Amino acid sequence: MITAAVPERENYLNNAYGIKSWLLTRDHKRIGLLYLFTVTLFFFLGGAFATMIRIELLTPQGNFVSSETYNKLFTMHGVAMIFFFLIPAIPATLGNFFLPMMIGARDLAFPRINLLSWYLLVIGGLFSLFAMLAGGVDTGWTFYTPYSTTYSNSWVIATALGIFISGFSSILTGLNFIVTVHRMRAPGMTWMRMPLFVWSHYATALIQVLGTPVVAVTIILLFCERVFHIGIFDPTLGGDPVLFQHMFWFYSHPAVYIMILPAMGIVSELVSVFSRKPVFGYQFVAYASMAIAVLGFLVWGHHLFVSTQSVYAALVFSFLSYFVAIPSAIKVFNWTATLYKGSISFATPMLYAFGFIGLFTIGGLTGLFVAALGFDVHVTDTYFVVAHFHYIMVGGTIMAYLGGLHYWWPKITGRMYPEGWAKLSALIIFLGFNLTFFPQFILGYLGMPRRYHVYPDEFQVLHVLSTAGASVLAVGYLMPMIYFIWSLRYGKVASANPWGATGLEWQTPSPPPVHNFDVTPIVTHDAYDYSTVIGQEVEVG
Amino acid sequence: MSEHIDSVKTYALVFAALIAATVGTTAVAFVDLGPFSVVVALLIAVCKMLLVALFFMHVRHSTRLTRLVVLGGLLWLLILIALTMGDILTRNWVGVPGR
Amino acid sequence: MPANDAHAHAESPALRVQFDTEAQQKDASTLGMWLFLITEVMFFGGMFLVYTVYRNAYPGIFAIASSSLDVYIGAANTVVLLCSSFTMVLAVRAAQLGQRKAIILFLILTLILGGIFLGVKAYEWNEKFQEHHVPGSSFHFEGMQPDEQAHAQLFFSLYFAMTGLHALHMVIGVGMLLFLIRQAQKGRYSAEYMTPVDLGGLYWHFVDIIWIFLFPLLYLIDRHLKG
Repeated sequence: MITAAVPERENYLNNAYGIKSWLLTRDHKRIGLLYLFTVTLFFFLGGAFATMIRIELLTPQGNFVSSETYNKLFTMHGVAMIFFFLIPAIPATLGNFFLPMMIGARDLAFPRINLLSWYLLVIGGLFSLFAMLAGGVDTGWTFYTPYSTTYSNSWVIATALGIFISGFSSILTGLNFIVTVHRMRAPGMTWMRMPLFVWSHYATALIQVLGTPVVAVTIILLFCERVFHIGIFDPTLGGDPVLFQHMFWFYSHPAVYIMILPAMGIVSELVSVFSRKPVFGYQFVAYASMAIAVLGFLVWGHHLFVSTQSVYAALVFSFLSYFVAIPSAIKVFNWTATLYKGSISFATPMLYAFGFIGLFTIGGLTGLFVAALGFDVHVTDTYFVVAHFHYIMVGGTIMAYLGGLHYWWPKITGRMYPEGWAKLSALIIFLGFNLTFFPQFILGYLGMPRRYHVYPDEFQVLHVLSTAGASVLAVGYLMPMIYFIWSLRYGKVASANPWGATGLEWQTPSPPPVHNFDVTPIVTHDAYDYSTVIGQEVEVG
Repeated sequence: MSEHIDSVKTYALVFAALIAATVGTTAVAFVDLGPFSVVVALLIAVCKMLLVALFFMHVRHSTRLTRLVVLGGLLWLLILIALTMGDILTRNWVGVPGR
Repeated sequence: MPANDAHAHAESPALRVQFDTEAQQKDASTLGMWLFLITEVMFFGGMFLVYTVYRNAYPGIFAIASSSLDVYIGAANTVVLLCSSFTMVLAVRAAQLGQRKAIILFLILTLILGGIFLGVKAYEWNEKFQEHHVPGSSFHFEGMQPDEQAHAQLFFSLYFAMTGLHALHMVIGVGMLLFLIRQAQKGRYSAEYMTPVDLGGLYWHFVDIIWIFLFPLLYLIDRHLKG
């Protein structure tokens, strides 16, 4: 390092040091990193529970843990992964960091509220963590009544309280994003010039704001029911337990789109940058995000096909569910069309984007299977459903999250990750993922129910394959952890725009200065106009 | 923006209308309207809400975006109630075995 | 916040660093408040949904249970709350005109009226306790079969949940009023900068609207049955 003696340019990382400069920061970039740290912790916690589940399922007898413990394991796996990893993962880390930068803003509209929402996630996480350590919870992450209100002898209230509190974190993040997109865009940054990452986060924020309060009030009622036995969800006192399912899924189905929409935003960026072409049908992709956000609120009843829901309602919900496929398919087709005749480079982020497109397509198409009323009755509560949503959540969201993390790592840290190791880990994750979850489609179709740890002998081969895949997957997930940390010190110093990308976040130094831009940018081009970056240095690809 | 300042007289008239509606809704509740009593009660409540929102909350001077936010919120509430009641009200239309 | 910001914001102390102009900051705050109110609509919306489902299931029991509430106290309290909305809007108007003393006066009036509402509510709840109309093991509603008792308990569960949540919002509103009064006494608000008063008004009116629906839904079910 010959430049070691020269004072470093001031950026958001070195402008202040010490624990207080992080815990009291209002900088959206630092808050993004706080989130990154938090959700990574919960990812590995949820992963630890998943590991124990897969070890248990190696043998048909159920001889590693008891039934009660197994119930707690899959519940806590779901709670940790969904509420404390997948929902905040992309919006609160990469979204927090890059949404203001991409529209040319100095920060989010409400920086103090942004910090507050991180604290809410941490406090909510601590409640749930306490419940897990104190003895766990065994209701399934869905907390169905009346089991959760009347019969379960586990830490339902502490866990639910944790989810309640972290829900406000999600609401405040969404509110902040919507106001920021409306009010903080740089001069010339019109709606139709916004990167698709911003569009998808805007759509996500709408869901967070409109859906999350309903699950909050549902948790309050669950709390009252469990503590006071007032009968709101108790059939013996005139209540309707299926009403709980309606209220829960009114949020929790759109919550699936809170997890997948930001991932789609990342993939739109990656596909464009690494094929050096504007996203095909930009407006359609942007509006497709909005359409998914709206349609996502009209389909929740497809989770209730085998409850006492009326057949007429089930028919309507089944019918409406198919409409979500239209905007989703528009996106997949448009990414494919973007690749057509593109100058494609196979850098690591692009590998993840390819992984996303393939796996999301499988997850989405099997989603059509389970949206069909008749077929769903056959596979409800089987591994078919488990495989379906893991293809969306893990194959979709986590793939895109890792792709985005690699893509923006040079901007966040000012260092490149090691490309060779990164490509290898992307490959391992893709193979491990398919080996883990593809056998589960077959298991489910053959009738293996979810949430059981004892199963007939004939399912063992497929379960062993799945566990083997999970081990491969675990190796794949640990590798980025190691080389990302390694790169902080030893990685190649990154230039301002190593990928030759067009977004405003690349028009400022890496790592960015405290208020993102030395001069507020003035936008004169559409997003993904690669004529604007011709001649700039490109390091990879 | 909302730098349009309404007169005290406007506010006083709206206030008087709100009080009158409160008295009205209480009085009409004692009249037997059959199933329409809840309809009338809700209609009066919606009118009162509109008065408060349009005048006291300045929605009538506000931007199109604010109006969109308000209407969007009410629409989503309608989705929540309508689709759930769509299930509850049709459950017993036919006796399906096992349900 | 570090002081070495490249953008000069010296002209106004109230302008935060992420904004370019005061108009932008005010627009952002107003939009943020409206979005927050929408989350509140959905929050109370869940309660209204539960109410709709169970009133539809047990209309007769709900009518009988509702008639045990004192309709005149309820109506009077509605009037109190509407008065407080009226004084609140006058406080906002005074702020728009920069009449600093009038802001304080109307905010204090709003605070008093809000306090009266909460006092009356507490009186009503206390009565319910004495009548054993509070859901739980000691719940008892006179002259009903055991299963009807359960359904009447559902009504009172919703009564307490909905009025309780509403009262909680009122308490938060009272805290907000105390803050606004304190700031107004320090002379923080003027015709140029009155966003907090404006947003406080939006919140207070919203809580009023919730009560506008709670009153007929809880107090006024088929009153003609009892006359």
